[in-house]
Amino acid sequence: MRSVVAPPAAGRPRSALPGFGLSLGFAITYLSLIVLIPLAGVFTKAAGLGWDGLWQVLGEPRVLSALKLSFGTAFVAACVNAVFGTLVAWVFVRYEFPGKRLFDATIDLPFALPTAVAGIALTALYAGNGWIGQWLEPAGIKIAFTPLGIVVALTFVGLPFVVRTLEPVLRDAEKELEEAAASLGATRWQTVTRVILPAVLPALVTGFALAFARGVGEYGSVIFIAGNLPQVSEIAPLLIIIKLEELNYGGAAAVAVAMLVISFTLLLAINTLQAWSNRHRQRSRAAPALPHPVLQGEGS
Amino acid sequence: MNQATDHSLLDPPQLPFEPLLQRNAVVTEQPWVRWLLTAAALVFLGFFLLLPLVGVFTEALRHGLGVYWQALTDSDALDAVRLTLLVAAIAVPLNLVFGVAAAWAIAKFEFRGKTLLTTLIDLPFSVSPVVAGLIYVLLFGAQGWFGPWLIAHDLQIIFAVPGIVLATVFVTFPFIARELIPLMQEQGNDDEMAALSLGANGWQCFRYVTLPNIKWGLLYGVLLCNARAMGEFGAVSVVSGHIRGETNTMPLHVEILYNEYNFAAAFAVASLLAGLALVTLVLKSILEARHGGELSTSRRH
Amino acid sequence: MFRKFLLFATLALPLAAQAGVELLNVSYDPTYKLYKEYNRAFAEYWQEQTGVAVTIKQSHGGSGKQARAVIDGLRADVVTLALASDIDAIAARSGKLSADWQTRLPNHSVPYTSTIVFLVRKGNPRQIRDWDDLVRPGVAVITPNPKTSGGARWNYLAAWAYAKKHLEGEAAVRDFIARLYRNVPVLDTGARGSTTTFTQRGIGDVLVSWESEALLALHELPPGQFEIVTPSLSILAEPPVAVVESNAARHGTSAIARAYLEYLYSPVGQRLAARHYYRPVAPAHADPADLARFPQLELATVAEFGGWQQAQQTHFAEGGVFDQILAAASSGVAIP
Repeated sequence: MRSVVAPPAAGRPRSALPGFGLSLGFAITYLSLIVLIPLAGVFTKAAGLGWDGLWQVLGEPRVLSALKLSFGTAFVAACVNAVFGTLVAWVFVRYEFPGKRLFDATIDLPFALPTAVAGIALTALYAGNGWIGQWLEPAGIKIAFTPLGIVVALTFVGLPFVVRTLEPVLRDAEKELEEAAASLGATRWQTVTRVILPAVLPALVTGFALAFARGVGEYGSVIFIAGNLPQVSEIAPLLIIIKLEELNYGGAAAVAVAMLVISFTLLLAINTLQAWSNRHRQRSRAAPALPHPVLQGEGS
Repeated sequence: MNQATDHSLLDPPQLPFEPLLQRNAVVTEQPWVRWLLTAAALVFLGFFLLLPLVGVFTEALRHGLGVYWQALTDSDALDAVRLTLLVAAIAVPLNLVFGVAAAWAIAKFEFRGKTLLTTLIDLPFSVSPVVAGLIYVLLFGAQGWFGPWLIAHDLQIIFAVPGIVLATVFVTFPFIARELIPLMQEQGNDDEMAALSLGANGWQCFRYVTLPNIKWGLLYGVLLCNARAMGEFGAVSVVSGHIRGETNTMPLHVEILYNEYNFAAAFAVASLLAGLALVTLVLKSILEARHGGELSTSRRH
Repeated sequence: MFRKFLLFATLALPLAAQAGVELLNVSYDPTYKLYKEYNRAFAEYWQEQTGVAVTIKQSHGGSGKQARAVIDGLRADVVTLALASDIDAIAARSGKLSADWQTRLPNHSVPYTSTIVFLVRKGNPRQIRDWDDLVRPGVAVITPNPKTSGGARWNYLAAWAYAKKHLEGEAAVRDFIARLYRNVPVLDTGARGSTTTFTQRGIGDVLVSWESEALLALHELPPGQFEIVTPSLSILAEPPVAVVESNAARHGTSAIARAYLEYLYSPVGQRLAARHYYRPVAPAHADPADLARFPQLELATVAEFGGWQQAQQTHFAEGGVFDQILAAASSGVAIP
């Protein structure tokens, strides 16, 4: 289809296509009705408390510890995913082994599996009488119903973000650079840490941030495995629900706003980073045949 | 992993004049390192991804097929399946239309605020599902802004199907748009411009040029959107009201059964959802394998 | 878009109205099986009496959560919750029923009662006999969160009543309660969640529970795992029922909603309550074999706490005694 006709009017401005007003208008209206206006509602509700009221809610020890727990466990899980996700992405891009296709498909399981199902399954595995828990509990390691359980659940939901962000970048990374580094006498370890890692770092940070953002708000998989003890294993989304159940609408909105503001800042950072790394990648991809400036200078 | 299964020597493609072994030695690791890394990655995946999946089916079938079948044909379970299908059947097309419109505007045109718009479309990704439910309670709940008006007109949004649809639309909002935007950006405007210059009108141009170009990407987005729509728990839980046979979706039904000591039934319904996830993954793999070139770059394998 | 949703809404309404008369009973977790059977019995009775087919829908969850849902617009015709203060909250917050709702039905709108007992593991390995065993160091106690669970509030008041009887001064009582909650490793949001934690996840040495929940667990789960311990003193737990007047009026179900709740006091209703482990207020109608499952014990009442409104205000409101105790407990010795 794409090659049926040659583009005779390549010089036309982009806006020559029709439907701009219609599509943009519809997109913005829909976005406003479904997302922006309702979200504005929660801000208005929280604003109803006033600054003092807002600070009072957010200063409650229980709220503070729930926010700390949500962001803390999400951070730890994202770190675990950064390490193991990189490992998985590396192995899947660089090596061949039997069953690769099958394993590759399962990496997206956390995207497709409903969180509640993940929650009960992980709980069944890691509880004291579960398949994994029964081996860990005698060793003094309790996972289910502790913050550790939350980390396990968040690692589950966050894994594909890191792997899927890293894979294309690793695949595109040019082996010529590695060869060049090696031919210059770099050990494999040096090549990996000095050549490959810097190239994939923006993608790794993006994947990390995506996994982190997802983990902060996660609810379904966590409540089954967390134990939900106030100030110990009670996550911020659960606290929002509890505040709602206590008919404390303002309080619920305040916690929600705190989460939204932090997450939104994070998202902005991700998008900026993504735009930056895309430019970076396109620049480096634009001239794949050219030798690297540094290497050129050194000679080979 | 022994030498026989080690295919890495074939990668990169053999070049005639190069000493193959030496070439590979510098761009890959020692066999034992490769073996160790692969084993570590697979063990990690096994523990974190495969075992939970196996666990769901094992628990579901623990008490035999009879119990399993009974749990799935229970009237509450069937109602939950029906509701879940209905909600997905409304939410996914809504987001489909939005996704195409947003992608058309963002990918085909330059305008101010484009980055902001893209960011806002992503926003629901970073909003906790619970907050997604909360915002609609604050708007449409009896104590909310539109509550009194809705009551006066005898309309029910929260604790009824519309509320569940709204919450689902919110959490699945970016899926299709996010899939289409990069794809349409990569494809550029040339095809459409050509069609226009040959006398096609806007609709024909979209229908006969753009749509065939994006159909696999579109399907891909629909697939992911649908999986999330059917599996959403947190947001729906807040707005559902848990009326059995009426506002109880499958994931909520799993929770209810789980809380009733009815573990076999809970895992049975969970296994249906897990089956849906597996079907999604299979279709997704097929799409990536067969039509990878027509998906956005990040999906090509 | 909004118009589209209104369209869904208008589509959803007639769907609900199709099946003759429909009632929605919004209840708390442990009553599911009771009402499942009772609804069938009532539907038969009503069909016989009036020739009208009635479908009763059920919604279950933590009592506080259910009250919140009704306040937010869940279209309950009747509520059958764990304690009076949750229905009080509906009356106060939404005005959907009058403040004196408790006078509308016999026995201040309480058709069956229950109490709080302990469920322990088979053989009672930690030798738990009474409330003071729960505050011993190292005993893991499972009880839900009083902020969201009705049953948990009864648990708390029962423990308080025991401490008040045996200890001198409120400081000592508070200390007793603080020690008890320090022994709680998991604070679930509902009674059912706690039961699952104790029975299925194998956490804790003792579950403080509704008698009905404990008996249900004993009979529903594979036998030989648990036993019930009845403490020397507990509380008369009174789960009340009420018609949500303005909802019922809107749905045109006022009469049938009232009949539905009144039927709970009938011989059939009382017998079913006893069968599903609730103590009937008119035991004469119940099966003696069912009644034999309820031991006699000394019961405090919520009246000793000044009634539910007073108890709610003092103990469970924002910044109340429970909050103070929990804050002290978590800032002092770390909860395991």
